[in-house]
Amino acid sequence: MADSINATPESLAEQVKNAHYNQSPLQIMGSGSKSFYGRNITAIPLSVAAYSGVINYEPSELVITARAGTPLREIENLLDEQGQMLGFEPPSFTDTATLGGTIACGISGPRRPYAGAARDFVLGVTIINGKGEILKFGGQVIKNVAGYDVSRLMTGAQGSLGILLDISLKVIPKPAYEATRVLPYSHQQMNTLLSDIGRKPVPVSATLLHNNSLYIRLSGAKAGVQAAASAIGGDTLQNADPFWQQLKEQQQPFFNQQRPLWRVSLPPAAAVIPGDLVEEESFIEWGGAQRWVYSHNGKKLQEWAIKNGGHASCFRDAKRDPSLSHSADETVFSPLSPALFALSKRIKDSFDPAHILNPNRLYTGL
Amino acid sequence: MSAANKINKDELCKLFRCFIAPQYVISDAETLKPYECDGLSMYCEMPLVVVLPETVTQVQEVLRICHRYTIPVVARGAGTGLCAGAMPNAQGVVLSLAKFKNIIEINPLTRTARLQPGVRNLAISEAAAEYGLYYGPDPSSQIACTIGGNVAENSGGVHCLKYGLTVHNVLSIEMLTVEGEKITLGSDGLDSCGFDLLALINGSEGLLGVVTEVQVKLLPIPEKARVVMAGFDNVQQAGDSVSGIIASGIIPAGLEMMDSHAISAAEDFAKAGYPKDAKALLLCEVDGTSEEVQEHIEKVEKLFHSFGATSVRTSQTEAERALLWKGRKCAFPAVGRISPDYYCMDGTIPRGQLAHVLTEMQKMSDHYQLRVANVFHAGDGNLHPLILFDANIPGEFERTEEFGGKILELCVAVGGCITGEHGVGIEKIRQMFIQFTEQELLQFTTIKEAFDPLGTLNPGKGIPTLRRCQEYRSIEPKKVTTHD
Repeated sequence: MADSINATPESLAEQVKNAHYNQSPLQIMGSGSKSFYGRNITAIPLSVAAYSGVINYEPSELVITARAGTPLREIENLLDEQGQMLGFEPPSFTDTATLGGTIACGISGPRRPYAGAARDFVLGVTIINGKGEILKFGGQVIKNVAGYDVSRLMTGAQGSLGILLDISLKVIPKPAYEATRVLPYSHQQMNTLLSDIGRKPVPVSATLLHNNSLYIRLSGAKAGVQAAASAIGGDTLQNADPFWQQLKEQQQPFFNQQRPLWRVSLPPAAAVIPGDLVEEESFIEWGGAQRWVYSHNGKKLQEWAIKNGGHASCFRDAKRDPSLSHSADETVFSPLSPALFALSKRIKDSFDPAHILNPNRLYTGL
Repeated sequence: MSAANKINKDELCKLFRCFIAPQYVISDAETLKPYECDGLSMYCEMPLVVVLPETVTQVQEVLRICHRYTIPVVARGAGTGLCAGAMPNAQGVVLSLAKFKNIIEINPLTRTARLQPGVRNLAISEAAAEYGLYYGPDPSSQIACTIGGNVAENSGGVHCLKYGLTVHNVLSIEMLTVEGEKITLGSDGLDSCGFDLLALINGSEGLLGVVTEVQVKLLPIPEKARVVMAGFDNVQQAGDSVSGIIASGIIPAGLEMMDSHAISAAEDFAKAGYPKDAKALLLCEVDGTSEEVQEHIEKVEKLFHSFGATSVRTSQTEAERALLWKGRKCAFPAVGRISPDYYCMDGTIPRGQLAHVLTEMQKMSDHYQLRVANVFHAGDGNLHPLILFDANIPGEFERTEEFGGKILELCVAVGGCITGEHGVGIEKIRQMFIQFTEQELLQFTTIKEAFDPLGTLNPGKGIPTLRRCQEYRSIEPKKVTTHD
């Protein structure tokens, strides 16, 4: 693991240069809070965790810039003091999650469909590419169309195109008021209700369907939220903050099963996933666009998801479940079309010609 | 390239006419003329050929032929761009997507629209209105500009701070590669597997592929929108009010600033009731539910007063709201009335730097002996200085360009960027060297090569080529012609 001596951009770049020269793959590490996510790789660990600290935060600019190793918790606390937050509500999974890992994995929380995804808030990055060059893209302003949008490309690339050194994010004000309603709704009833209120200016900020209960969180000015809450009906969920927090962090018992947990990303109104592909119980977020299910039939599930306009990833459990052998690892992410894969590979080559940065983490050959 | 791969103009046209209606393969000088520039008419070039295909299959075939003969291809929407991004290549084909005007589907249930690339920005909102929906990004050319061009430039508008840029509102695109192969980026869901190539395509200025279909998300039309106008005695106070509003937790739907030149030109033109003696004017629009708007309007009015506004007026009716906006929306043509020509710049700065940047700009204005009027998307830090000049005075445009370049350098120096929403095109290609290092530019070049190894898609735009880097840095400004 790195100590502070290894945690300057120059020293990190030097290590990448050597790895490039020796064609020796690196596994980029933050705190390891999301090491379960993505395919297993074997490479020499390179820790960025010690490259930590907030570089700049101007609440009135709605922008924060911090080093990749900065704990997410530290950033969230700092924003909270100023009544602001990260709009994509990222999960931490552990107390030690870093900003770099958060952006590299690109996982967004309950607010995603209504406020935007991790990539939507990334304004700029400094990276080390696979040749050990320190490069800066984007910036600290909301509008910036100079050059290709490399900052957003880095989001969710899981380090396979570059090592994130620092990241500038747009932040949003915390809503003045929130309320959560619970309704005894089926999947179909949820679709009808959400497509109806989606056409009205109802300030929805999160939804969950579980066990025929639909939870809808509303956020905004108090009067507007109260008006919307009474229009939607149902009951008020008391103590709603911990409820959404637990959902975001996957702390409900549902998420703690010793089976492969799949994340299915679909058009919101897509059909109910057939029962022969998944276990009965599911957590359906994002108005139907993100569905958490357990499945031992991953390949079939992926095929079904693609056919229905989405994709499926084995989110967690590859390591815990011995029945998922290394070959099953191949199916962590839905396969790309041949044309898209070929293009992705050329992009990988352009950033990391020796394929030393988290190689094969997303797909074999990327 | 081997001799066998060469083709002359007549042979090329003949090839195109095999599958495109002959009248849509344009090769005579007179009919080519309107295509010689985009919205930045100072930069002109006559293309070899213009084609206006009507089907995606035809576009594919055009791309295949151009790829086979290594012929440059410049895709073009409505030609409203402001950075010469759609300026033709003298040896190349202009691929006009003007025939692709169909709205394929508006889906009120999923609140999405599937569009051909030549659909006008405003036409999306017009078609969605019957479902109570609209499309968010609203560049000022929205009456004419197309969604394909919006994707190419990652267009913004006055509502970006709250509703995002094009990249935030596009769910998927169908794109042809330089070889003519069709790929889909993004999905009907909220994310896709693999790299986020959709983000990379937005704002790529036609250098990476040709977009043939775009799916966008639609937003519910706000129940209520009201605008507060405030005049200030100095720019600093106005700038502080902007920061004050943002810090108070309100995200306005629009937050615009004008300086005294722009106020007075706009007021003379639009008679919107702007305080002509003010040094800075702010327009702050809030939207949402009626309750929310009421709450926020009261807060904004109070804030403006506390920051020393000399006048505050809030729209009471839709007509009054439209009138208050009219001055701002007419600011460019209004400035056009007080000067023979104007040159619109497009830098972005951190909002806190506004007063400093305006002061420095005034010094430059004195130095170059050229007036500058400022219209500013204050909410997102996007400056549009309008440099006033007369193209008929020899040397004045060159001075204007130099002044403009200095403004962009200043934007970079204070932590901003050289273009917020107009793009780089040809216009700002030299300023790319101010914003980026050679290694960064080289990274852009290798991304370009991943998509377009022969470099035939919109060559010479967006990303400077680095083969002779040092020479490039000292390159003379491109010779330009100005329109009268």
